[in-house]
Amino acid sequence: MAELSINENVMDLTPEGPRLKGMRCKNCNNHVFPMQKGCPKCTSDDVEEVHLGTKGTLWAWTIQGFPPKAPPYLGETDPSKFEPYGVGYVELPGELKVESRLTVADPTALKSGMEMELVGEKIGKDEEGNDLITFAFAPV
Amino acid sequence: MSDDVAIVGIGMHPFGRHEGVSGMEQGAAAIRTACADANVKWADLEFAFGGSVAAGNPDSMVSQMGLTGLQFINVVNGCATGGSALISAYNTIKSGAFDLGLAIGFDKHERGAFRVNTGKSGERDWYGGSGMALTTQFFGMKINRYMEEYGITQDALARVSAKAFRNGSMNENAWRRQALSEKEVLQSAMLSYPLTQYMFCSPGEGGVALILARADKAHKYTKNPIFLKSAVVRSRRYGSFEVLAPSLALDYADGPTVDASQKAFEAAGVGPKDIDVAQLQDTESGAEIMHMAENGFCEHGEQEAMLANGDTEITGRLPVNTDGGCLANGEPVGASGLRQVYENVLQLRGDAGKRQVPNDPKVAYTHVYGAPGISGVTILST
Ligand SMILES: [Zn+2]
Repeated sequence: MAELSINENVMDLTPEGPRLKGMRCKNCNNHVFPMQKGCPKCTSDDVEEVHLGTKGTLWAWTIQGFPPKAPPYLGETDPSKFEPYGVGYVELPGELKVESRLTVADPTALKSGMEMELVGEKIGKDEEGNDLITFAFAPV
Repeated sequence: MSDDVAIVGIGMHPFGRHEGVSGMEQGAAAIRTACADANVKWADLEFAFGGSVAAGNPDSMVSQMGLTGLQFINVVNGCATGGSALISAYNTIKSGAFDLGLAIGFDKHERGAFRVNTGKSGERDWYGGSGMALTTQFFGMKINRYMEEYGITQDALARVSAKAFRNGSMNENAWRRQALSEKEVLQSAMLSYPLTQYMFCSPGEGGVALILARADKAHKYTKNPIFLKSAVVRSRRYGSFEVLAPSLALDYADGPTVDASQKAFEAAGVGPKDIDVAQLQDTESGAEIMHMAENGFCEHGEQEAMLANGDTEITGRLPVNTDGGCLANGEPVGASGLRQVYENVLQLRGDAGKRQVPNDPKVAYTHVYGAPGISGVTILST
């Protein structure tokens, strides 16, 4: 079975790893994730799709302590098997802050300002049994 | 500008869980109580604005209330749904179109955290599917950052919750009426670090109705009208940090609460020091803390000392969430902003019973905040 991007409109799986697809405004250089067709900063619609950076610093974080509801959640929802996971905003220099899962769920191991990088994470399976890969940030 | 619109009748269906009672029936019960309070009949009402997010189209309630032909407009505006119904009613009277009308909000949500479906048709919901898209995560991240920045402690979070449940224990319409100690709050399950189970409100059920009239006709309906001095809703600006945002700008701007608050004070011609009682959005206890500063009642960081000092208790210098807030009442989204106004009307009338703020409060403040980055503020006076 193959590994597939959770959604190819927001993330490509490349040989070098996952790449998030965002919007760059050609008028003001503002970035937004995911891709959209207009810039909320300057109101221009002269925008393009770009791969966002893969390294940044942690800006805000929490730890998801209970299983989200399914749907929409694709991961483990059985309370006896559920493992807490981190969620945070990672600041990508010159681009934006992206909300993401974090590979760390220990509050003593997370600190705003720490260096992070983008990795892929298995979240569930599709109807044909392929692994679905979403994105996460891991401490460098 | 001032004193143009009065609240002449209020009604509330208790908040909580009500098996076998629809959200709309709870709304209808609230309307009947409000009509009795204002000594008017449903047939006297010239217009209504109705808000509900999850319990059906409010205007369909005319089939149980009476087919009188009134102008009935539905309002759906995220967490400011109830507040938006009120603002619409306020502006309708101010415009001179009608003299007497209704703002009604009700809701009934499923149990557990709000389920947010962020998927587009024809593609996989990557946001909720990946385990984001939870409003609880936003509140955890925002307060976690805020605590680090301004030196707020987990004890302060626990104090807010303990106050909410203590106030809720004196409110017969509240959902959670059992007082809890700070220790019990801190020891409950960690839901979204640093927030525990008893620091969060839950989606719930309930209904609130307010009857509004032109101020110069208010005494026809009640001996103690309460005047709506301002009612403002604002959406977010570029750079603000909001709930359910897959990305944020590098720039940082104040949220819609700051904008709505400043405009509401300006329109009412009063300032934060004039407020005798305030109901502030407390989706979780950290939100109440941050909203104290965002609404202009203190500087960022001062909340720690204010809470330790009991300043926001019913007997303190700025009572906050005297009815137990969202924490003790739960959050039926369509009704929640109207509950705050209902409580302030009780406080300003002197009818709040065991939880009455002492020394005849005269000016009162409400604030809602929620998805997708929207805030509503009202200022009431005697
Ligand atoms: Zn732009």
